[in-house]
This record gives sequence, C-alpha cells and structure tokens, in this order.
Amino acid sequence: MSEAREFKYIGQNTIRPDGFDKVTGRANYGADMSLPGMVWGKILRSPHAHAIIKSLDISKAEAHPGVLAIATHADFPSVTDEAIESGEGSSTLLDLARNVLAKDKVLYHGHAIVAIAAKTAAIAEQALALVDIDYEVLKPVLDVRTAMAADAPLLHADMFTQGLEEAPTRASNIAVRHEMKLGDIDAGFAEADVIVEREFYTPTAHQGYIEPHACTVRYDKDGQSMVWCSTQGHFDVRSSTAKLLGMKLGQLKVIASEIGGGFGGKTTVYLEPVALILSRKSGRPVKMVMNRDEVLKATGPGSASRSKIKLGAKKDGTITAMKGWLAYEAGAFKGSPVMLGCMTAFTPYAVANMYIEGFDVVVNKAKVAAYRAPGAPQAEFAVEMLVNELAVELGRDPIDLRLQNAAKEGTQTIYGPKFKRVGLVECLEAARDSAHYKQALQANQGRGIAAGFWFNVGGQSSVVINMNPDGTGTIVEGSPDIGGSRASMQMMAAEAMGIAPGLLKPIIADTENVAFSQGTGGSRTTFATGMAVIEAAEDVVNQVKQRAASVWNVTAEQVDWADGVATNMAGEERLTLAEVCAGAERTGGQISGRANINARGAGPSFAVHLCDVQVDKETGKVDVVRYTAVQDAGKAIHPQYVEGQYQGGAAQGIGWALNEEYVFSADGLMENAGFLDYRIPVASDLPMIDTIIVEVPNAFHPYGVRGVGESGIIPPLGAVGYAVESAIGAKVTDLPLSPPRVLALIQGNT
Amino acid sequence: MMAKLHITTSINGDATEFLCEPHDTLLDVLRNDLQMTGTKEGCGSGDCGACSVTVDGRLVCACLVLGVEAEGREIGTIEGVGDNDKLNVIQEKFLEHAALQCGICTPGLVVSTQALLTLNPDPTEAEARYFLAGNLCRCTGYDKIIRAVLDAAATMKGAA
Amino acid sequence: MARVVFSSEQQRLTKEAECDVVASTYRQLIDAVITRYPRLDRDDFMRMAIAIDGEIIHEPLLETVGDNSEVHFFHFIAGG
Repeated sequence: MSEAREFKYIGQNTIRPDGFDKVTGRANYGADMSLPGMVWGKILRSPHAHAIIKSLDISKAEAHPGVLAIATHADFPSVTDEAIESGEGSSTLLDLARNVLAKDKVLYHGHAIVAIAAKTAAIAEQALALVDIDYEVLKPVLDVRTAMAADAPLLHADMFTQGLEEAPTRASNIAVRHEMKLGDIDAGFAEADVIVEREFYTPTAHQGYIEPHACTVRYDKDGQSMVWCSTQGHFDVRSSTAKLLGMKLGQLKVIASEIGGGFGGKTTVYLEPVALILSRKSGRPVKMVMNRDEVLKATGPGSASRSKIKLGAKKDGTITAMKGWLAYEAGAFKGSPVMLGCMTAFTPYAVANMYIEGFDVVVNKAKVAAYRAPGAPQAEFAVEMLVNELAVELGRDPIDLRLQNAAKEGTQTIYGPKFKRVGLVECLEAARDSAHYKQALQANQGRGIAAGFWFNVGGQSSVVINMNPDGTGTIVEGSPDIGGSRASMQMMAAEAMGIAPGLLKPIIADTENVAFSQGTGGSRTTFATGMAVIEAAEDVVNQVKQRAASVWNVTAEQVDWADGVATNMAGEERLTLAEVCAGAERTGGQISGRANINARGAGPSFAVHLCDVQVDKETGKVDVVRYTAVQDAGKAIHPQYVEGQYQGGAAQGIGWALNEEYVFSADGLMENAGFLDYRIPVASDLPMIDTIIVEVPNAFHPYGVRGVGESGIIPPLGAVGYAVESAIGAKVTDLPLSPPRVLALIQGNT
Repeated sequence: MMAKLHITTSINGDATEFLCEPHDTLLDVLRNDLQMTGTKEGCGSGDCGACSVTVDGRLVCACLVLGVEAEGREIGTIEGVGDNDKLNVIQEKFLEHAALQCGICTPGLVVSTQALLTLNPDPTEAEARYFLAGNLCRCTGYDKIIRAVLDAAATMKGAA
Repeated sequence: MARVVFSSEQQRLTKEAECDVVASTYRQLIDAVITRYPRLDRDDFMRMAIAIDGEIIHEPLLETVGDNSEVHFFHFIAGG
C-alpha cells in the first residue's frame, strides 16, 4: 500500500497524451464520423406531454422523394421487461424500448415516435412533417405532489407501487417506495434538546454536456454491424442495442468516439438502436445527431426532488436523530435515483438513529438519466441546509459541529456496512484551516459550508499492454476518456514498470479489441481501470524478467528490475527494456501483459465545500465571490485533473443552485430548451475555484486511489443555498436561487 | 429542391470553393461539405461558442453565419491555428494548465482566445472572463482555462 | 459463522434484523439465507451487491466468507 510511498511519476502533472489532437480540433467526437454512402436520420417527437397515439400513418412520408427508410416501435422485435441496470436506478428493457421509440402513448414533450432516414438531413426533416399522427391528448402530471395524489392521471395503467407494507390494488404513479433505518428514530428525537425541520425543493437539471448525442452506424447482413457513438460505456451500448434489436453481441461492434461530456447522461442509448434499424431497412450507413433542443427536451436530466428533513441534537452538539422523506421525479418511466438519495443523505454523519423514506415517482417529463452522483445532491442539499441551521441554533461553528458528528472509520452506514478508513474529518479540518475560512465577510455577503459523500464503485475492467520491439508500448483499455483519465493510465503503467510515461501510448479500444470493461462512471475509472493497468504492467515486468533470465540462463528470481533496466544479480549483465523487447521474438514472442479484473474495495470520497456569495438586494442577483472545494482523492495520480474534477463538479452544482431549471407550460411543454434560457454558468459567472486535495489513501488500490469524479457536485447546493440564506437573512428552501426568487425572499413574499 | 449556389472563399489562407443550399450555415458547410470537423456544434443557436470561427478576422459563431456569406471572405478555423505539427502558445498553455477535460469546447475556446489576445494583448482576469463568456465549458468550471489564457497573454507579451 | 444483517426493507420479509449462518462461501451463504427465509427471492438476492466486513463486492459469486464476517446485501450502485 501507499501510506508513505514515494512515487517516481505518480503525482506529476504530465501533458495528456491525447492533448495535441484535442487542442487542434483533430480529435474525433460522435458527430465527426462519415462513411461512404451515408444517409441522415431524424426523429419526429411528440408535441404533447401526455397523449395516446390513436393512429400513425407514415405512407406520405415514405413516398417523399429521397426518403430511404422509416422506423417505429413496431420495428423492435418483441422486448421483455427484463431488468437492466443503468447508472442510477434500475429500469427495464421494455421501458428503454418505449423511451427510444414511443409505443401507444407519448409520455413527455419531445418523446421520440418515428425516425426517418433520407439522403439529406433537410429531406428527412421535411418528411417528418408528412407523418400523420392522431393524438388523444391527456392531462399531464408535472410534479411529485400532483403525481402522488390519489386522483392523479396515471402514466402507466400497470404501475403498482413496490415496497409498501401491503401490496396495492390500485395503479399509481409511484413506482417504488424505499425505506432505510438505523436505531430508534423516535427515541432519538426524544433525546434531542433542539429540533429543526423543513421542506425543500430542487429542480430538474440537465448534465449540460456541450456535445449532443451522435452516432454513425452501419448494419451489415453478414453480421458485421458497427456503431460509432459518443458514449460513456460502449459495452453497455452494445448490450442494450443488441437486446433491443434481437442481435447477438458478436454481431455488433461499438466504437466509442471521443466524448464531449457525459456526467452520467451518456450511460444509456437513444439514437443507436434507431439508427441501426434505419440502416438495416435502407441498406446504407446512417448518421444521427441530436440538436440542442432535442438534448434538453428528450434526454434524461437529473431528477427534481421534494424532501422533508428533520434533525435532532442535544445541547452539547451530539446529533441524536436524522429523519427524511424524499420524492424524486423519475420522468416518464420508473428509475429515479431516490434510493441512492436515501443511502447518501445522512452518510456524512455518525448518528445512532436514522430513518429515511424515498419515493420514485413518474411524471410527464423526459425519463431521467444518471447525473454525477445521482440522487445525492438533491438529498444532501436539504440535510446540509439544516445542519447549518442546527449549528446556529446550538451556537456552534458549522465545521466544528460537523467534526463532532463526522463519519469515520468504523461508523455504521444506513445502508449496511461500516466504513473502512475515510477522509471526511481530514476534509473538514482542511476547510476549517483554509485561508478562505479565515477571510472576513463584507456587507451583503454570506457564507455556506456543506459536505457530501459518494460510494464510488469498482467493477470490471480489462487491459492489455503490448510491448513493441523498440521498447515502446500500447496500453489497450476500454474506458472512454471523459476527463483525461488516459493520462493517468499512462502514469500508473509507467510507475509500475519503472519506465518513462512517454514510452507508453494509452488507447481506448472498441468492443471487439478489448475485453469487457464497465462504463466510465461511478468514479470508477482511475480506480478500477487503473488497477487493471497496474496489474497488466506488473505482468509485463514479470515477462521481461523471465526473458532476461532466459538470455542469461538464470532464474527470474535472479533478475532485478529497476528504472527500465534488468540486471543479472548472479552476474553483472544488464539489459534495457528496449533490448529485451527487441529480442522478444527469439525468447518467446511479443511481450504482452494482461489483466481482466473485477475491482473491489472502491474507497468513498468525501467532499467539503466553502462558498461566499454577495447578494444585490435590489435585483436579487447572487454572485459567488469565493469558492473552495476540499475533497479526499486517496492519492492524486494527476493533480491537475483531480483539481479539474473538483472545479467542474463545483461549477455544475453552483449552476444547479443558482439558475438551472426546466420551465414548463401548464400543458407540460418545455419552454427553455436551449443554452440561452437553460442557463449554465459561463466564464464571467464564476471566480477562480480554489481546491484542496486531501489524501487519505484507499488501502485497496495499489497507489491509494479513490475515485473523485462525482462527490464534488454534492456540496455546492447546500453551500450556495446556505450562503444566500445567510446573506439575506431569510430561509432558503427552493432552488434555483435565480434573481426573482431571491428578490421575493428578500422582500418577504414567498 | 433549390439549385445549390457556388461559393468562392478562402479558408485559413487556402482558396476554397463549395456548393451549398441557401439555408446551409457556415458550420454545416465546414463540417459536412468540407470535412473540417474541428469546428464543433453544441447548440446551433449561437449560445455555446463551440463553433467559433473568424470571418475577415471577426470572431463569430459559424452556426449564425450562412454558408453563402463566406463568398469573397477570409474564414479562420481551428484547423488554421498553429502550424501542421507545431502548437501555438495558446494551445500549449491550454495543455500545460490542463484547461480541458473532454475537449469539445477547446477548439472554440482556442479560436476565441486568439481573437481576444489580438484585440487585447493584456487582458485582466475580468476582461478575459467576459470576452470568453460566449464559450461554454461544462467540465472545467473555467478556472484553468482563464489561467491558461492569462499565461498565454503574458508569454506572448514577453516574447514580443 | 457469518452474520448476515438485513436492511429494513429486507426485514419486511425476514421478520428478523440479522442472523448467523454457517457458510464459508457466497453460494453457501445464499443457500443458508434462502433456506432460512423462504419468502426471499433467490434471484433478487443473487443480483445484489454484498459487503463483506465493509468491503463492497459487486460480483460475489466466487467470494469466500470468513468465520466472523459481517455481510450486508444491497442493490447495485453504478453512478454517473
């Protein structure tokens, strides 16, 4: 393990190996692939939020000159309700099929119904207008309160709530009820001297990746179908697409393009199965690219939430009880991350008595997809707002109160296991000791602190490292690089082999050229694929030692390997890596290291953020004037990219807290499906985002790595929310804190 | 179907001709007709800056310019930045400062930064942030981008 | 003996908060738990991740369980 280890390459800020291509525009993303004979696919989308499709007539569209193929839900072979795991909550294949192309009912504004392939994109669009659909418009359900009411219009006549004490007899919009507990919640509140309780609301927010979904596909009858697409997980694309289309996995090759952002939103499929149907029917390669309107209307955002949280504490600051009620919008089909909200909400705290209930609720909006630590930001916002309120009630510093109740090694989590070593205390201390925390506030400013927790996952990764005769090598891995992870792979392999990183080229191979690797998400890549890279590199070293041993006619144990050189300990001969590789043909063939692992022991990453805001009392505008993100990385392989994850998560969370939301008309039509009005932070909105990397090594990774990608989006909602509350002296409960809302709070009208 | 129009232009100093429909944007032409995919589409409505190019030296969103407007003009795209195998200072600083994670916004930002530093070789942090406010980045939170831009400015000034 | 600790949702079916079972492998653990609580769905349980002494394992089919291990079953977590 790595407590006091000195690294040769780990911890440096190398230039990423794919950098040249990225800064010159040469890197190829989802929409950058063209094939000979290619045609364009476009999708007809529902103009209604909730309607029955009474009839569908594609005959005029089919007859339009230049139209080559049309696809509808009827083109899926019969699909079962087999469960599939997605990034955040489980879903079924049937739901996926109905989301990709609507069957019988449209369930949200923008729901895909028909796809048309034509010689040009313009012709395809013209043909969409020739499709005749007769709708019976139904009343839409647009929020959890309405959806959960007994008389609510139902999205699915066959949805019966799971997780209730008694099996229900009436259908509902509540898909699942979850419940988790520790200790005795009533006893916990009975012990408390101070109780705080409040309801909160967070809006639907989109991951906001700048690159829309895109794919270029070719269906071949001889079984060589190919999909090029922008995705976080090309093996998952292969699996979902093959299942939807009744294909064998061996018939479908999926190539992951470079990806222009995902954040969880590209862990499912929208276009790929549709494009393959069009390619099959037209006999041509098909390219499909979403526009921004489609991305915002029809791809899965992060869930909106309502929550009720109640906390109790003794006068001495011991929190004795934490209770919660969460209802998350799943969108049109079940599968919000509310269970993950239940698992994470109270987890930064070592409290004996906890109770939380969570409801997965369908509404007439786009089916949600994973969004960076799915389910955690919503619930943690509410909890952290109240912990800050509790601190005020108890007359305690908010960091100090958290330190007193912080989860640590041995703390019992609400979802079952006790923690191994974790770094929340270290993060809280770093926040407390930071220059930011010592800085005094000015007039009209407020400060908020918040913590956050994410499990991080391990899972399956496969790596091969092929060494060339000149001592250079290729690291063949299968984790699409969404943030610079291939640079870390290069460094971890270099460290394990004792050679310069520049000698090794990391590539992300397609589904036929590398063994199965789970998708890039869950903060798993540097941890799990990194672990596989290290194991494959160690395999290379073992082989190199054996080759050298055979050249010198000694045993491998008599060969020392250091800094890229093999030394015969029984003699004095030396061979460089290049020399061993040059002779590989004669000593057994090309040297190729391999690892196929299912990584376990992913270490959780805790984060603590500090936010100072200044509020303009006349306009309600909130400016973030100072921001510090503290987070435990275990061991930062490439510090700049770790900082980048902290800063990126903070920016998304700040946007969610201050301005991002979906605006719907009374009929459920989305009104702000563009970057002008779905306003994510721009360069002039933010200050420099200071970062503090805490390193409490994860004993289960050879270099101590903890995933860091997700935890950073969790604290900002509470940190910003409480900073505003503190600046204006009025309770904040609803996000986003856009100027009209802040002004209303200031003026006392809520 | 309307007849296509024949356009004569210059892109990154190369004389270029293409055919396009009247409604095609410069972005469509660059990416689909000329296979110059370095310029990216993020929104198609001029709100994200991923398609930043210059027209006669003026920074614009290619999705808001019609292909026919390229007639007789000088177009500058990311493909024209730096030499064939040599990065310019801005590109180097972006890499040095890790000012990109997924990289989709990077071509647009490099073109915009070049336009900024041509107009204002010594911007303050605030000036840089406001000039680049039209280039959205979802990955980085802008911190490292701004550092790269200010460092590029300082380096270019020092070399001047 | 391994101690299996049940979540409150699982307790609805087991009626007990925890139990001790004789098992040294994951398969033996599943067999023992399903035998003791026939209302539990074997397939559901085998799809779940488990934590053995705090270490979360997503594919536990080949896992061994120690003499005094504490085991929890819960749903697969992915992320975004």
